Amino acid sequence: MVEPGTAARILRRPAARLCLAVLAAVALAAAIGPELFPESYREPGPLQYAPPSWAHPFGTDLNGRDVFYRVLLGARISLVVGLAGALISLFLGSAYGLIAGYAGGRTDNVMMRLVDILYSVPRLIFILIFINAFDGHVRNFAAQVDWPWLMSYSRIVILIITLGLIEWLTMARIVRGQVLALKERPFTQAALVLGQSHAKIILRHLLPNILPIIIVYLTLTVPAVILDESFLSFLGLGIQPPQASWGSLLSEGAQSINPLKIYWWLLFFPAATMSATLLALNYLGDRLRDTLDPRR
Amino acid sequence: MLRLIIRRLPALAFVLFCVVTLTFFLIRLAPGGPFDRERKIPPAIEAQLLAKYKLDGPVWKQFTGYIGDVARGDLRLSTKYRNRSVNEILAQTLPVTFALGGIAFILATVSGIWLGAFAAVRRDTVSDRLAMGVALLGLSIPMFVVGPILVLVFGLWLKWLPVGGWGSPAQIVLPAVTLALPFAAVIARLMRTSLLEVLNQDFIRTARAKGLTDRKILYKHALRVAILPVVTYMGPLAAHLLTGSIVVETVFNIPGAGGFFVHSILNRDGFLLGGVVIVYCSMLIVFNLLVDASYALLDRRIRVDG
Repeated sequence: MVEPGTAARILRRPAARLCLAVLAAVALAAAIGPELFPESYREPGPLQYAPPSWAHPFGTDLNGRDVFYRVLLGARISLVVGLAGALISLFLGSAYGLIAGYAGGRTDNVMMRLVDILYSVPRLIFILIFINAFDGHVRNFAAQVDWPWLMSYSRIVILIITLGLIEWLTMARIVRGQVLALKERPFTQAALVLGQSHAKIILRHLLPNILPIIIVYLTLTVPAVILDESFLSFLGLGIQPPQASWGSLLSEGAQSINPLKIYWWLLFFPAATMSATLLALNYLGDRLRDTLDPRR
Repeated sequence: MLRLIIRRLPALAFVLFCVVTLTFFLIRLAPGGPFDRERKIPPAIEAQLLAKYKLDGPVWKQFTGYIGDVARGDLRLSTKYRNRSVNEILAQTLPVTFALGGIAFILATVSGIWLGAFAAVRRDTVSDRLAMGVALLGLSIPMFVVGPILVLVFGLWLKWLPVGGWGSPAQIVLPAVTLALPFAAVIARLMRTSLLEVLNQDFIRTARAKGLTDRKILYKHALRVAILPVVTYMGPLAAHLLTGSIVVETVFNIPGAGGFFVHSILNRDGFLLGGVVIVYCSMLIVFNLLVDASYALLDRRIRVDG
């Protein structure tokens, strides 16, 4: 179980406090930042490829849009996809791990063998195919039932679900390992002897005990999902313009590098924001793991 | 070892079958067909095209026909790159992808193992913190950021290395480093954790009591055992490298299979897509089998069950 002083112990390190501050700043900026921009900043303007200045601190892009505004919009989508995808993977992974570990024996063997196989399949490649196969159908469906939000966010919804569907493997492995150990502990045996149902034992006795580990791996899954999303968007097969995510912004930035003229701000600012966020998440996740799971 | 391979074979064939089936039907679900152009093609010509590419008749018949062809090693014609067979395209592009992936694989494992061992031996010193900081950085910066930055610095400013293309050894350096970097970071972290654990075990204490030097203990006893988690990671690593190579090939303009893969999805070029996926997956399956086999060789205590 989490001891009360855990958070305080981690935050005693200055680096951890810095990471938390970075995350809070990025999340806050993504949540309310885009609304603070005046109307003229949100639309394409006449000022193409302007370098960073006071009026446009991150410069402007090919269409004269303010890059700072775009980066915040991208942060919104990237963070939402990362968090929601990680949450889906958390439910799937912990349910799978709980069942496999608790059942044990042959069931456990087969279930974990499946995880091994899935580990070695290039899963992102299937996501690419998946998104492109289902996007049109989801849009049609949205048009039929008249859900305008699903029309405009169909790709994001599919992204969240499919990324959640592939990132649960590590969670399943970790949870299963924990359950295998907890299962043999006296309190589980006692609950069994007292005649409690398996479902109750899993939910009341095992789940609370593995919750800290689940939370640790949640913090480590969020950056993984954000990276996956940016990978797909970078290839032009994830988030589509005019919407933006960090991956699609970076793709525009990478294309703008050529020997004649280097628009470095198109690459630098999205890259710096994204890397700082991922670094902070990974660092905090690591510290949490070291504190809560000293075995690893 | 041979027995292990034979026992795994049916399951692996089944996995491959699932992969082929999934790809075949998913690309058909996508809206738009392979022959959609801006101008509508006359129905007679379209029927002819469909027949030529064996896309006519009921879907299940198309499917069984395709499975049969694949089993014979014929991956059929690409519907986009007219009159070129998928086998031909893959024969040209896969060596490039595999060369890039192979070099990155060696780079990632060697540098990762070295960095992890370096940090573990100097546990809790400044060098350790620095090494692990670098690893965390490598883990957090996506390769499509590292790639353009390396191009910018070494290609355009310093002009030490070519910015892209494929053929000369100098052109391999930047893409291979870009591809290897995040995985070197993962391996370094794995290696550090594992070596720290091993160094605390009894047999190391025994070796030390015997009076062996630190060097000998590390190289003769500890590394051999500590490397096992890294070996387990090699299977997923190969999968990640193949996926990553798609991005790296785009960034560095390398004529590998990655570009064809992306375009085959956009063009609804089902057979080309299927070909790439089949080859990628069978490569990975064979590779994983080898990893499992070598795992058993490295540590005699482990029995790998089929």
